[in-house]
Amino acid sequence: MKAFRCDLHIHTCLSPCAELDMYPRAILQKAREEKLNVIGICDHNSSENVASVQKAAAGHPLTVFPGMEVSSREEVHTLALFDNISRLQHFQKLIYDNLPGENDENFFGCQAIVNESDEVEGLNQHLLIGATSLSLQEIIDHIHRLGGLAIASHIDRESFSVIGQLGFIDPTFAFDALEVTPRLGLAKARETFPDLGNYPFITSSDAHFLRDIGKTYTEMWMAEGSFQELRLALRGEAGRHIIGGT
Amino acid sequence: MYLEDIVKALNLRVVSGEERLTAEVLGGYVGDLLSDVMANSKEGDLWITRQTHQNIVAVASLKDHAGIILIQGCNPAADTLDKARKEGVPIMVTDMPGFEAIGKVYNMIATKKGPDPST
Repeated sequence: MKAFRCDLHIHTCLSPCAELDMYPRAILQKAREEKLNVIGICDHNSSENVASVQKAAAGHPLTVFPGMEVSSREEVHTLALFDNISRLQHFQKLIYDNLPGENDENFFGCQAIVNESDEVEGLNQHLLIGATSLSLQEIIDHIHRLGGLAIASHIDRESFSVIGQLGFIDPTFAFDALEVTPRLGLAKARETFPDLGNYPFITSSDAHFLRDIGKTYTEMWMAEGSFQELRLALRGEAGRHIIGGT
Repeated sequence: MYLEDIVKALNLRVVSGEERLTAEVLGGYVGDLLSDVMANSKEGDLWITRQTHQNIVAVASLKDHAGIILIQGCNPAADTLDKARKEGVPIMVTDMPGFEAIGKVYNMIATKKGPDPST
């Protein structure tokens, strides 16, 4: 077993609020420069660039987890990570079926769908910046039904976080981990949130710009960069665990 | 100003906490971000929101609010309603948009208190 540097929350040029330079190959190059071993691709309410990043990463030692940052009815952001892209596609259908509105890029930004060679193949028309009509509880249940991991996004942020929107984290919410921003950092997370000691904490970059990749990471002690190993590490089982982070 | 006076005047639909309509309303607070409501609202406030998640009941109990008005015809989620009934937190629903509901509640409370003696 060894330490894996993980950044499970990276956007691509598909997210309207991310820069257009967040192409698959650019993301992977920066991730390698920053010595990351595992990344998660999580665009807002969409996953249409995940396969391209995975294809571009083929042959490299970097693991790319398929994911999405989904917005609930209460406007709480949650990371959904899955073992494989077909699970993610089931989840995607559900999200699109419950995501009203159409994007206007003059107001919200461009939503570029790209291939593994960084070529633009189309523009996503959904209002990805918006919120789904699914409750946070429903979203967590759907993620788990599809075998995925549900991680509460940036809980120390005032906007779009479970604590910002809903005041506190009800212990009945079956989050697999709670993410904090690099501004707070993992070391301070436990003292800031003493009531949430039962949840594992991670930190991620939530990168919308290339320069933010590598700004922070969570180190996990695992046998390999696989989804099963990640699950074990979050749970602290079978010798796997979260070592720490920046 | 008592909650039942506001309920009557604005024709609010009471869905929980009927037994506590005699509570005195000391002020009001408006917000959908529960972290903000927890930090800034006060005891005896009538809280006006369109957030329907069950955590609103916990926040209203914690802060000893007089009650919660859900605007724009937003009905509480099923678990929210269960919890509110169990804890006796008055939830009232109106079809009015927030702007209108807030204006009317404000006017009632302001009128009742009378003019500010310092002016």
